[in-house]
Amino acid sequence: MLRYLLHKLALIIPTVFGISLAAFAFVRLLPGDPILALAGERGVSPERYAELIERFGYNRPYVIQYLEYIGRVLTGDFGISLATKRPVLGEFQALFPATLELATIALIIAVLIGIPAGIFAAVKRGSWFDQATMGVALTGYSMPIFWWGLLLIIFFSGYLGWTPVSGRIGLQYFFKPTTGFMLIDSLISGKSGAFRSAASHLVLPAIVLATIPLAVIARQTRSAMLEVLGEDYVRTARAKGLAPRRVIGLHAFRNALIPVVTTIGLQVGTLMAGAILTETIFSWPGIGKWMIDAIAKRDYVVVQSGLLIIALIVMAVNLIVDVLYAVINPRIRVQ
Amino acid sequence: MKKKLTFAAALLAASVLGGMANAKQLVYCSEASPAGFDPSPWSGGNDFDASSRTIYSRLVEFEHGKTTITPGLAESWTVSDDGLEYTFKLRPGVKFQTTDYFTPTRDLNADDVIFSFERQWKKENPWFDYLAGTGWEYFAGMGFPDLLKEIVKVDDLTVKFVLNKPEVAFLPDLGMDFASIVSKEYADQLDKAGTRQQFTQKPIGTGPFQFVDYQVDAVIRYAAWDGYYGGRQKIDDLIFAITTDPAVRAQKLKAGECDIMSYPAPADIAGLKADPNLKVDEQEGLNIGYMAYNTTQPPFDKVEVRKALNMAVNKQAILDAVYQGAGQAAINPIPPTMWSYNKDIKDDPYDPDAAKKMLTDAGVTDLSMKIWAMPVSRPYNPNAQRVAELIQADYAKIGVKAEIVSYEWTEYRERGKAKDRDGAFQLGWTGDNGDPDNFLFLLGCDAIGQSNYAIWCNQEFEALLQKGKATTDVAERTKIYEEAQVVFKREAPWLTIAHSKVFMPMNKKVTGFVMDPLGIHRFDGVDVTE
Repeated sequence: MLRYLLHKLALIIPTVFGISLAAFAFVRLLPGDPILALAGERGVSPERYAELIERFGYNRPYVIQYLEYIGRVLTGDFGISLATKRPVLGEFQALFPATLELATIALIIAVLIGIPAGIFAAVKRGSWFDQATMGVALTGYSMPIFWWGLLLIIFFSGYLGWTPVSGRIGLQYFFKPTTGFMLIDSLISGKSGAFRSAASHLVLPAIVLATIPLAVIARQTRSAMLEVLGEDYVRTARAKGLAPRRVIGLHAFRNALIPVVTTIGLQVGTLMAGAILTETIFSWPGIGKWMIDAIAKRDYVVVQSGLLIIALIVMAVNLIVDVLYAVINPRIRVQ
Repeated sequence: MKKKLTFAAALLAASVLGGMANAKQLVYCSEASPAGFDPSPWSGGNDFDASSRTIYSRLVEFEHGKTTITPGLAESWTVSDDGLEYTFKLRPGVKFQTTDYFTPTRDLNADDVIFSFERQWKKENPWFDYLAGTGWEYFAGMGFPDLLKEIVKVDDLTVKFVLNKPEVAFLPDLGMDFASIVSKEYADQLDKAGTRQQFTQKPIGTGPFQFVDYQVDAVIRYAAWDGYYGGRQKIDDLIFAITTDPAVRAQKLKAGECDIMSYPAPADIAGLKADPNLKVDEQEGLNIGYMAYNTTQPPFDKVEVRKALNMAVNKQAILDAVYQGAGQAAINPIPPTMWSYNKDIKDDPYDPDAAKKMLTDAGVTDLSMKIWAMPVSRPYNPNAQRVAELIQADYAKIGVKAEIVSYEWTEYRERGKAKDRDGAFQLGWTGDNGDPDNFLFLLGCDAIGQSNYAIWCNQEFEALLQKGKATTDVAERTKIYEEAQVVFKREAPWLTIAHSKVFMPMNKKVTGFVMDPLGIHRFDGVDVTE
């Protein structure tokens, strides 16, 4: 197991360098530059422009810029935002809990609904339930997040008035964040109604963010289950007279779990990508909105370091998923 | 005394933190997060709304809803005959805000004024570079480094600005956000503590509201500053709920989650007006949307060609399709709400036949050109792509083939400045300080390569521009600028497209909000009726 883990870790190192290089290059490939973006429509004189480019060091060869950047990152210095002049890591730490909270709730929704829906659809293959579930899943998968979010806001918040439009908690609740996770902080605050307010603010963004992963998980669970349900050992279990629930739950589902767990792991990336749009619509103060703003402002430091940190997190989650495989299926460890 | 103030600050913080039981609260759905709370290093309207107009004050202020200058921290001033010396008498007893992170020991004095400008001006000032790579773009952009000769402390409450050359717009310039007055005492305290960064994160000013808390990208909280020299505000808490999407801001306003919002999407205005709980204030914006010809490139170097192209464009169709009733056709390079606007100038008539003939007479046949369309929506031009398409169709009627081009926003502006740029370039401008020069400078010879996208250097116009800058008498300046507009219209370096209206939807319980021609969102004087 340790060898397996070390092998996986060894693969991560070149990937991190690759990503750091890609993030560094990506932001510089965008037209425009941070000096011009910060100057806005008023513009900046050519002399001042030259002075600032020199001060930031953006006139030096890319190789030198990259090596300096990576050198600082290796010492834990992710740089200072060009736009806000605050340390990138500090901004990330302040905003990440909001994204993590939203993504976790979204993933829980996606798993809790997606897996049972996939199982039932597989067991009742061809039934109206199967067709309806897969139809809804396909719709969910294809729906533009921006449009879907606005639709939910207009209907549930605007028309029915059931949920708040945006934000993380009602503005009447004001307390210093302890953990950054609003559900927990609202409980710690001891203010009556705060937790309820925080939870109600989470409903719509979590549903929107969960939509695509839910659809993917449901479809993947269904196809994995269908494959397993056709296996000889399932037939044998049925022939032995085992209760259908036991056949599906113990024999079929456990074996169908590996591709499903893989899919769930991969959804972490999808959630991060989805968070960018979801957070923008719901004014959710997380890293998705932060990255969008940074790209618009050509904030090289935030974009390259932010992408790198996000990539590190996604890789860490995938590593955990890989370890989980090995726990679920011992054969993987041997391979 | 100090103990008492600290206690008062603690009490204030506790009352805010605890959510005062009957506190009057105004929630403003703002459009973007501020980069920081120091009013001088940044240049976005949202940065100013969150810092300069709430927390800080200036030597002079713009009258609420107007562009005329009134006394601010300076209660009076005198200008020397040669226009080179401005002496300000500071208002005595102005208090800087007392918070849980700063307790002032003295009132505002000349040291604060000098510090506020020198930190943006003098590279040897330790605060010049307190934020890595700060460009002080506005200070530089308004020409202050060249304009200022020295700032002298005459006594504690008297400060003198000495200029290198006369600048008639100097007073309006001092009313601008970058010229907000900050506390030197607070800066010194942070210097000693080695925490300069805090200057922009935990601001201290003399304005109507004091900073309470900022949750990044989410909420900014302010409380009314009891010691404000203009009197305590009627609302106790001011909250900015940062909501980037205009459609979501509109929904929040409808749902009662905010009381007032900025920049509604044109498509939402009718729905907001129809809501019985809301009202929508509107005002002519101090702006212009235009299309600049490259006057150095043939055939656009010929006045007749530029005039003919102007006459080919059906502006009313653009106003109907793009501005949707929220704009008026622009005739001059300055908006009609600006003083010195020349009402006698008539617009080039929409006359495709005459335009076609003028082109033929000028020897221009089979003209192919580019129309540049901004990739972003701006108050002065909500949809440049659509405007370009309409102009393209109008040009086709007179036999001119036009290709529409667009680039990423910063790239767009950079490419537009190129002296050999091909074609006509759409852009616009929103005024900073209510002075005509703040619009006309866009066409000055010095602005070529910066904001003069017509690359137009007309000696007659330039002479008037310079004369206007050096004249202090308003009536005389009015005449000069009226004449400059005549030259502009005759020479047609731009197709003047439109001046747009600006809308401010709010709950009916909000009273006292005055729309500002400069696009500033000010909450002093605002009340909320229950």
